Amino acid sequence: MSQISTLLPIIAALPFVGALLPGLMIRAGRNMAASSAAFVTLLALVMLLVEAPAVMRGEVLRADIEWMPILGLNVSFILDGLGFLFALMILGIGLLIILYARFYLSRKDPMGQFFTYLLLFQGAMLGIVLSNNVLLLLIFWELTSLSSFLLIGYWKHLPAGRQGARMALAVTGMGGLAMIGGMLILGDIAGSYDLDIILSQGEAIKASPMYLPALLLILLGAFTKSAQFPFHFWLPHAMAAPTPVSAYLHSATMVKAGIFIMARFWPVLAGTDAWFYIVATTGLITMIIGALIALFKDDLKALLAFSTVSQLGLITMLLGFGSPLAAVAAIFHIINHVIFKAALFMSAGIIDHSAHTRDIKRLGGLAAFMPITATIATITALSMAGIPFLNGFLSKEMMLVEAAETIWFGNQWLVPALATLGAVLSVAYSFRYIMHVFAGKKRNDYPATPHDPGIGLLAAPALLATLAVLIGIFPRFFIDAIVAVASGATVGGELPYYTISIWHGFTPALTMSAIAIFAGGILLTQQRRLARLWDTARRPEAKVLFDQLVNASVRLAAWFSTMLHNGAISRYLAIFVIITVGLGVVSFTGGGNVAGTREMLPVPFVAVVTWILLVVASVAIAFYHHARFMALILLGIIGIAVSLGFVYFSAPDLAMTQISVEIVTIMLLLLALNFLPKKSPIESGNMRRARDGFIAVMAGGGIAALAYAFMTKDFSTISEFHLANSYIGGGGTNVVNVILVDFRGYDTFGEIIVLGIAGLLIFSLMEALLDGKASQRLATWADDGNMSRDRHPMMMVVVTRVMMPIAIMVGIFIFLRGHNQPGGGFIAGLVVAIALLMQYMASGFSWAQERQRVEYHSMIGLGVLVAALTGAGAWLAGKPFLTSTFGYVNLPYLEEIELATAALFDLGVFLTVVGAVMLTLYSFSRLARRAGETVNVKPMDFDPSTDDLPEPEAK
Amino acid sequence: MEMLVASAIGVLTATGVYLILRLRAFPVILGTAMLSYAVNVFLFAAGRLTVNAPPILQKGVLEYTDPLPQALVLTAIVISFGMTAVVVMIALGAFLETGDDAIDIAEEGE
Repeated sequence: MSQISTLLPIIAALPFVGALLPGLMIRAGRNMAASSAAFVTLLALVMLLVEAPAVMRGEVLRADIEWMPILGLNVSFILDGLGFLFALMILGIGLLIILYARFYLSRKDPMGQFFTYLLLFQGAMLGIVLSNNVLLLLIFWELTSLSSFLLIGYWKHLPAGRQGARMALAVTGMGGLAMIGGMLILGDIAGSYDLDIILSQGEAIKASPMYLPALLLILLGAFTKSAQFPFHFWLPHAMAAPTPVSAYLHSATMVKAGIFIMARFWPVLAGTDAWFYIVATTGLITMIIGALIALFKDDLKALLAFSTVSQLGLITMLLGFGSPLAAVAAIFHIINHVIFKAALFMSAGIIDHSAHTRDIKRLGGLAAFMPITATIATITALSMAGIPFLNGFLSKEMMLVEAAETIWFGNQWLVPALATLGAVLSVAYSFRYIMHVFAGKKRNDYPATPHDPGIGLLAAPALLATLAVLIGIFPRFFIDAIVAVASGATVGGELPYYTISIWHGFTPALTMSAIAIFAGGILLTQQRRLARLWDTARRPEAKVLFDQLVNASVRLAAWFSTMLHNGAISRYLAIFVIITVGLGVVSFTGGGNVAGTREMLPVPFVAVVTWILLVVASVAIAFYHHARFMALILLGIIGIAVSLGFVYFSAPDLAMTQISVEIVTIMLLLLALNFLPKKSPIESGNMRRARDGFIAVMAGGGIAALAYAFMTKDFSTISEFHLANSYIGGGGTNVVNVILVDFRGYDTFGEIIVLGIAGLLIFSLMEALLDGKASQRLATWADDGNMSRDRHPMMMVVVTRVMMPIAIMVGIFIFLRGHNQPGGGFIAGLVVAIALLMQYMASGFSWAQERQRVEYHSMIGLGVLVAALTGAGAWLAGKPFLTSTFGYVNLPYLEEIELATAALFDLGVFLTVVGAVMLTLYSFSRLARRAGETVNVKPMDFDPSTDDLPEPEAK
Repeated sequence: MEMLVASAIGVLTATGVYLILRLRAFPVILGTAMLSYAVNVFLFAAGRLTVNAPPILQKGVLEYTDPLPQALVLTAIVISFGMTAVVVMIALGAFLETGDDAIDIAEEGE
């Protein structure tokens, strides 16, 4: 039965790929943009038709591409009768819409954008009907909500368009969220997210206790999309879109997506009481309410919008009946509705275009001015009314047959009566479209003189009207086969016997049809009188309610976020810490923590001394942090204590890194402190300090307990691999370094990029700062008089300059030995940076800056580039990114030298670290420059033999 | 010994948390620096404490400490420098723009 089709993924992808075209082609003119869109659609349509014979034979085509098999998410497509029918409508009507839109949109409208949106939307719709994986289907489902938002809001200058788009997105997006939940439950019950597997599990799904929640959630998604009561209100507001959009979204696509879901999942969801009462009742109510409102709407598009709501209700009701024959009727009516509704929307657009109004009160008598449009509109409106020899009659008749046999809560006549009422109303509003617009006296007060448009606008609706007539007269020839195959796919089995024909004999349905036509005609004659009553009646206005709901949600969200997020960072940090500690306590006490068995290390005297140093310094910072300079010194003590700890616990690399970072950090903070207040004021009261102290002690105690808990237990580690392969595979004996530059080189690559970004970020922030208000503040910067008069002591200047080459050499040494002994790019970079920083400290920022030869920005870039190229070099050898290699060379008079690509990578690390650290400090030094620092020209700033202040040398 | 390290981590964390709850930028920066120490030592301790067994391969030696946490912490130390630098920059900018280094926008709510 099922066979592989390679065309399916291409059909699904074509509109998305093609969506790029119109936006580009618009430069070649509007015809080119439209043609490119049409070409893409036509191509997809032709491919679909290539598959048609197989589908019509009842075969199921599929295509699977594995994407994320672990999650059960695969790009898999399926094409059966139902999917084929919908794809045909989406592409076929899409093609007509493209033609129509080309002539409908004015020169001022950005047409490339329009067709791009349209193709995106078309692709999303196609995706829904072709997906064989419900997760994939959900993705496309959300895409329809998003792309329809763009289409509905296409006329961005119209507030109504923007609001309508927002409302459609909110309602259908919310439904989409519900549907995600429902589909996940469904997949969970079926044990797979593949549609064909889910569809084969009907019995299990209906028997599952999760059936009802899944049903409700999925229906919520379907009902919101298909504008079923009480979510029908978004559809009329979406009419602010250009008419081609309305014609497309509200006939063949968007609103049919919900119907499609109900039809698609019909075999697994339908047939239960819950399904019948929810779906059929909703459909019935929607059909009647939509029809009633449509009768009293004066805007042509609003009339059609509500008629769409009503017709969708009819289809929903048929699907809700749950019988195979009702499903056949639903499928048939889906086709018919697409045909007449698309044509009707197009005719409304034509009227709007030529008469410059869509208000029925200002129209009438148009038949004389625009006979072709009038003919098309009349045929399709009669089809909507269900007049014999037109397609709408056939499916409406089938609907009445099904309704006549439906019992609702034991009541035999309620559904037939209400269905007839719905039919009466739909006859009335359809006739109204004809009588109040085209028939009647000619008027001479139209805003513009109406006339038939050119072939461009007429071709599409004319074709559809012809189809309506042909199907209406020769249903067997034109429609039987596709209805049969689509219905068969919908119910997932053999269909009972039925015929589509005009004459079934004198049946109850025929009587109901006759009643509907006559009563509808009579109702129309009373329409004006009833309309006055309707207008005075009080009824809930959905838009007002919706707006109130939205405003209330916004207020709630604003209240909630200002409550949590009131601008006091200390407050949310406190909340965050308390909650984290609370969660920790819960899991600590609930997890059944047992005492560890790992043997403890002995405590040497020196460890106790270091511990005391660290604890005293930490506690002292907490108490004396107001004196900022002292706090920095204490921070340095802590850093050294931590480094000593690393030395003691067999981590020489960490110790070296920690101590050099410590130096850089303290220098940085000193530089910053130069431009910050030297003392923090005491602002918080005792209560607050006690509270914060309590939070802090809780957090510290928690972390200590956690650390103690795991340190006293044994564990298994993956490091055996690293230890075993470090030398064999990575060519180095310093395992930490080999991990950094080889095993986990990708991480390191990311980290040097982050470091580089931090440096560049600081540079650009400083740039912005110096252009702003801060600049003035700095220009008038007065230091607090507490400065040494000898800012650059000669001893220090001389010593640092002498030390510079030595420090650089140490850096190189540390870098070179890094692969085998403690050291490496990170540490070497920091050491060299410190050597350079000392020049800044000793000789002044300006002096050092003047001698700077290499741009630090380029150094960062160069470093990342070297690392990346080293990694990419592995490609040349056909290996994955960052695979390293190494070899040994012998140079005369020297030891054997190892050359490893990892060392090259480490060079990149080195350069980036130097660049980032120096760029940071350089940026800070610019502040001092702006605050009036000068370059000293004499060996000393201050001559101790005189007591005068030095003359500032302008630079 | 494990007790000493665990309590040191606890003290570092407590001080760090106390400092980040202050109302001025500078103590908050000190607090984040303290928290970085605490987190680094914590991660390092996840490889368990070992004495005299640095992960430098030598002939005839079979016992080494776990190198992986060390590698992770090494980069973390360098990154935390970058982070501190950015925070310092932001604090400086805020102070120089506004003339005030208080970190809370709103009035204290208590």
